[in-house]
Amino acid sequence: MDKFSLIKGIAAPMMNKSGNQLNLMMNIDTDMIIPKQFLKTIKRSGLGKNLFDEMRYDVDGNEIDTFILNKKPFRNAKILIAGKNFGCGSSREHAPWSLLDFGIKVVIAPSFADIFFNNSFKNGILPIRLDEGIINSITNEAMKGDEIEVNLIDQVIVLRDREIKFEVDRSNKDCLVKGLDDIGSTLKKISLIDDFENKASQERPWNIPR
Amino acid sequence: MSESKTIYDKIWESHLAYEGDDDCLLYIDRHLIHEVTSPQAFEGLRTSNRKVRSPMSALAVADHNIPTTDRSKGIGDRESEIQIQTLEDNCNEFGIEYIKTTDKRQGIVHIIGPEQGFTLPGLTIVCGDSHTSTHGAFGALAHGIGTSEVEHVLATQTLIQKKAKNFQVKINGLCQDNVTAKDLALSVIGTIGTAGGTGYVIEYTGEAVRSLSIEGRMTLCNLTIEAGARAGLIAPDEKTFEYLKDKPMSPKGEEWNRAVKYWKSLPSDEDAEYDKTIEIDAGNLTPLVTWGTSPEDVISIDGNIPNLEDIQDESKRSAVKRSLDYMNLVPGSPIKGVAIDRVFIGSCTNGRIEDLREAASILSGKKVSERVMAMVVPGSGLVKEQAEKEGLDRIFIEAGFEWREPGCSMCLAMNADKLSPKERCASTSNRNFEGRQGREGRTHLVSPKMAAAAAVAGCLADVREMVG
Repeated sequence: MDKFSLIKGIAAPMMNKSGNQLNLMMNIDTDMIIPKQFLKTIKRSGLGKNLFDEMRYDVDGNEIDTFILNKKPFRNAKILIAGKNFGCGSSREHAPWSLLDFGIKVVIAPSFADIFFNNSFKNGILPIRLDEGIINSITNEAMKGDEIEVNLIDQVIVLRDREIKFEVDRSNKDCLVKGLDDIGSTLKKISLIDDFENKASQERPWNIPR
Repeated sequence: MSESKTIYDKIWESHLAYEGDDDCLLYIDRHLIHEVTSPQAFEGLRTSNRKVRSPMSALAVADHNIPTTDRSKGIGDRESEIQIQTLEDNCNEFGIEYIKTTDKRQGIVHIIGPEQGFTLPGLTIVCGDSHTSTHGAFGALAHGIGTSEVEHVLATQTLIQKKAKNFQVKINGLCQDNVTAKDLALSVIGTIGTAGGTGYVIEYTGEAVRSLSIEGRMTLCNLTIEAGARAGLIAPDEKTFEYLKDKPMSPKGEEWNRAVKYWKSLPSDEDAEYDKTIEIDAGNLTPLVTWGTSPEDVISIDGNIPNLEDIQDESKRSAVKRSLDYMNLVPGSPIKGVAIDRVFIGSCTNGRIEDLREAASILSGKKVSERVMAMVVPGSGLVKEQAEKEGLDRIFIEAGFEWREPGCSMCLAMNADKLSPKERCASTSNRNFEGRQGREGRTHLVSPKMAAAAAVAGCLADVREMVG
């Protein structure tokens, strides 16, 4: 996994229109992010072209002009901004794989679904939780097409005229910054797992199948 | 701090292989595997030259991609075929038990786990599928994981985890006739919202939950993920033990007795504290249906589709506007009577024998509306076999339903079973997301009885009126 320290790029807000009002889309689910017909792959790569497929292309496969990731400069976005509960639905890791393959390294939203949140860190994507009001103010700047900087080391989003702090828990931050291999770190604790297994197999032998 | 513990606390503590300041290593007892979320995990093991630590703890089956028509002709779709073959090859290479597509035990991963006694109380169970929450019905801590975590469990038999908070959903009273576990679940999601459970494990308690059958409890726990919670849990009781006794992989003889004694220690202590509690009265519930494109978009079958001007929150209003446009529904109008084109009965939510019995009880002696194409997809080969033994297949077929082979089918429409654009479906599945059952398809989530009633009426209908 690539190490993550600082990302500077275009931020694309995912909006819904109601009358003249534009609002950040809530409940963007993993079926929207990467529809099921693309889950037949046995690889992790190559999913970027189908990110948000049904919102991005018409039935004939032509780009839908009004969709944000089809517009300049957002088609080169590295940051995605969305409403509440981003990534809800299925556990498919194809969702972060497709975001990453498109070039998205950061997702900013008021809240994330649990499994998507975990899956993101495992793939070098930083999900940032912020208050809705703050996100709306970032959205206003993002819509102008300015580049936004996300500095994970200092936990700060740098806008043209101000900085916004964000929280990230230590182990997740470590994992991204150092590009750690989770399995490698866990295997260093293998003797603890052996001990646990020996003890548990005495106390609850039925837990071991057959 | 109180010494009292919830069932979640107990299972969590009894599975900690390592406890750090930030993260813990949670030992995983059982791992269910299917074809869609596992190939990249096995590939990762091969690339890193790692082994599967405990092949015996895993059980694999193909369900998502499999055709529900005659399988003697093969899989049909080349990509699906490769994915299913890859699962079989990986299981052979790493020594994991694989239930073949031609085996009568084949079925949806969350249906076969309990059927085989692979699912037991007090275990930690994971699968690369969000509806793993189903197994919480037995008092197991069960949740969905991504493919990186599938690989982590294969290699280490643990997961890096942070403890979630305890959320009690207490459902008091008893359901009226024709109000089912599906309605209870939809009611919970409608009440707390699709993010209402984020950061929590939900424990379902109360008279309505205790009175549910084990299969009803599976439906309730299955839909917990739609409320955003990591897992759903129901304390094991005599019903649980009765269901599991003599299942192929359940403990036997003296070990069974020891296990039951242990399982009886799992329920939450009487004075256990929860971080959050809500109460719902089952007696007031009516059959429910979703109108929108999120499982929280729930109304009573005798209710009206929401009016935009009644919604105060701006982002919610724009979400509702988008949903209503997608669903092509008139704000403020009754949901009952909305014409449908398709009916789907099946899925890990409602593809078990009791679900089929309930649907069949409505269909007996009736015909599916001419405008509707209806199908039943049993959750497993064993469910199918049992249904055929009881003659349920005849009831469905005579009513005009198609009787299919087991699999996930049109719940997620990865195989050939899908809606055409703009088609409207009454579905017993779990997600009404945009495009979920096929691009531009329109899904209304309902119980099996309500799906059967809709099939007969040709529109969303109140099952209570149909049974008189």
